[in-house]
Amino acid sequence: MECTISTMGCNASADYSKHKYNETAIKATVLIQRWYRCKRAQLEVRRRYSLTIFESIEYADEQEQTQLSNFFTFMLEHRVHRGEVAHTSSGSHVSPDADSYVIEYEKIDVPDSYRGPRLSFPLNIAHAKALLNALKNRQLLHPRYVLQLLHETRRLLKEKPNITHVSVSYFKEITICGDLHGNLDDLLLVFHKNGLPSEINPYVFNGDFVDRGKNSMEILIILFVFLLIYPNDFHLNRGNHEDYILNMKYGFTKEVLKKYKVHGMTILYHLRDIFSWLPLATLVNNKVLIVHGGISDTTDLDSLNLLERNKLKTLMKLPKLETDRKNQVKIQGIPLGYPELSQWSSHPELTEEERKQVLDILWSDPKKQHGCNLNRRRGAGCCFGPDTTEQLLKKYNLKMLIRSHEFKLNGYDLTHDGKVITIFSASNYYEEGSNRGAYIRMNPDLVPRFVQYQVCTSTGKRKNWERVKTIEQSALQTLQERIFVHKQKLMDTFAKYDCNNTGRISVSDWAAVMESVLQLKLPWRTLKSRLVKTDPDGNVDYMSCFYYMDTARPMHQVQPTLVETLCKYRKDLQVIFNIIDEDESGLISPDEFRKTWKIFSSYLGIHSHDEAIDKLAQSIDYNKDGYIDFSEFLEAFHVVRKLENKAA
Amino acid sequence: MMGRAGICKDGVIAEIEKKITEAFEVFDRDGNENVDVREIGSIVRSLGCFPTEAELHELLAKVEEEEPTGYVHLEKFLPVMTKILLDRSYRPIPEDVLLHAFEALDEKKSGYITKEELVKHMTEEGEPFTEEEMEEMLSSALDPETNAVHYRDYISMMIVDETDDLPQ
Repeated sequence: MECTISTMGCNASADYSKHKYNETAIKATVLIQRWYRCKRAQLEVRRRYSLTIFESIEYADEQEQTQLSNFFTFMLEHRVHRGEVAHTSSGSHVSPDADSYVIEYEKIDVPDSYRGPRLSFPLNIAHAKALLNALKNRQLLHPRYVLQLLHETRRLLKEKPNITHVSVSYFKEITICGDLHGNLDDLLLVFHKNGLPSEINPYVFNGDFVDRGKNSMEILIILFVFLLIYPNDFHLNRGNHEDYILNMKYGFTKEVLKKYKVHGMTILYHLRDIFSWLPLATLVNNKVLIVHGGISDTTDLDSLNLLERNKLKTLMKLPKLETDRKNQVKIQGIPLGYPELSQWSSHPELTEEERKQVLDILWSDPKKQHGCNLNRRRGAGCCFGPDTTEQLLKKYNLKMLIRSHEFKLNGYDLTHDGKVITIFSASNYYEEGSNRGAYIRMNPDLVPRFVQYQVCTSTGKRKNWERVKTIEQSALQTLQERIFVHKQKLMDTFAKYDCNNTGRISVSDWAAVMESVLQLKLPWRTLKSRLVKTDPDGNVDYMSCFYYMDTARPMHQVQPTLVETLCKYRKDLQVIFNIIDEDESGLISPDEFRKTWKIFSSYLGIHSHDEAIDKLAQSIDYNKDGYIDFSEFLEAFHVVRKLENKAA
Repeated sequence: MMGRAGICKDGVIAEIEKKITEAFEVFDRDGNENVDVREIGSIVRSLGCFPTEAELHELLAKVEEEEPTGYVHLEKFLPVMTKILLDRSYRPIPEDVLLHAFEALDEKKSGYITKEELVKHMTEEGEPFTEEEMEEMLSSALDPETNAVHYRDYISMMIVDETDDLPQ
């Protein structure tokens, strides 16, 4: 570059080099800024697709869960029912309604050695504060108090109508929270930011208190305690996860059984009933409707108000029981060796129409396009458009709809021209750093104010890219589990595209196979480098995605399909174990194992030879004492243990 | 059905278009083929391009609607982005070039840049950072003990982060 600074005087050379420096510096600055912005954006994209992976798998899972859950529910109900029969046969005549619980909790002694909170009824704010403190320090509330609390809660909930009417005044703003999903830290954070519930600080919790997170039980305890102390200013709506069938799949059942080894089943039994007594909706100043999921074009508030909500213990369809001529009880054609089941009566149900009304408000999601159609993504409820919203608001002279049910990156979201608000209160839902939670504060203007938050772990401020990496690794692992579960089908389908057995197929074909077999709409080309090896000529070595998965060694020789299926349902292992262990001894005899496993595998349509199952039982019994205890049971599923250790 | 990658030009373009669509869909929350205009930058960068802010604005002008709705449609974005990828525009920055850039700001050639110096450059010159961008960069680049950015280490750390792919 020619310098033209000769006219500038004696400092010319110094100015020139400074000028040159400035130019270079600015070029360098622009380059660094350009580079940094790109890195930052790429990081954001990685975070986004990680969340997409989580979400897709979550919704795909929700669709699949019915089959096994039906079976388990049935088995579990049988166990609980037998337990109830055992209780009643030991004492005087007990009618199968509220009072039978009284005998149960009163029978439980609280030892002097118990250092946790002791509740006395009626509860007051001092109890609540003591409880919050104890639960914050991860203390367990004694089962006696849990059951007593449930008894009182049920009594109160029974009195409430299906739709709770609430009024808001200038002295009394209302706070509305969405999904918590067992995240105790979020609930504590909300109370910290927003104040404890009281007559002048009313709350509405919009369902999905349980499942997925680790402290669902604690959340329920806290919510029920405040419900009892402030029955007119503390309101709960039922969410789709307040449903014992979903709880079996999504972790709540397991959490309760783990924390309460002796009384877990009893607690679950009572909760099943309590969930069905939770109100279905809340109406604020007759203008703002709060429901967990959403609405449909057939939503009728009058009908909702009248139906007997407690008859819907679950919103899922239960399998039908058949009895054949030999009086053998069958489920979906498969005989179950439990003769006493013929006495089991099924619960009285609502009409299909009424069930749909409830399903729609607990499961629906809003969509941008007009119209109302079945919610295929979830397998229940509807997808409702802005016209459906408009129709409902007009019909009942409402201003807006507040709902939850869907994950939101920023804790809340507005749609349908601001008339539908989604509020989601579980921060870090999929993984640390994945999202914020939020709650709504509302005064009589009925203009919502949003407060966002995010729980930070004690590990301190992590760098952004470290957080994203954690989320990404977690998401990819979840995806790889799913890939493993579908290994057989994937291999068969790949083989169809690879006629010459080269072990390679095109990127295009690979992506197509992954999407169709796994039934997940994901950015496969973007994820490709994280999942498989690609040749220099651009073809995918499709078997390479299986190399990085550890498989259960002793099990694999038994039956690959069985192993894959077990892996798929590994989250239910605790439940499975409890079902098989009929006498609650903590041990399974080979006979018990064989019997139940046969039913299990034939229910799922897997062919298992007796020999294979015997071999399986033998290989699980590590200490060769003839019995399988729960740790041996877990130990056998090597993959499971690895994954569980990771999650802990 | 046999699969062969890129044996003809159409195959290459089809693959590119699919890749762009995928990246687009990650940001397309409702599945109706449009994204918020503010996300276009992230999409372009996720496809391996390194445009400056100015270049990004140019691109936006080509893909935005006549009446700015705040959204960009896939059908407008796709051909523009395909051309960019085919032309290999906005190439990534090689490690050594990045290093020279940092060195250019390090007047004393001491191997580090102080926090104050870096903040001054990044927030006042070139295409200035927002406060958020600056804070974020500092959170991973700054060595809290010396209150400076040791740029060689920083660059190595950021490069390593990229290679999380399966060993090829």
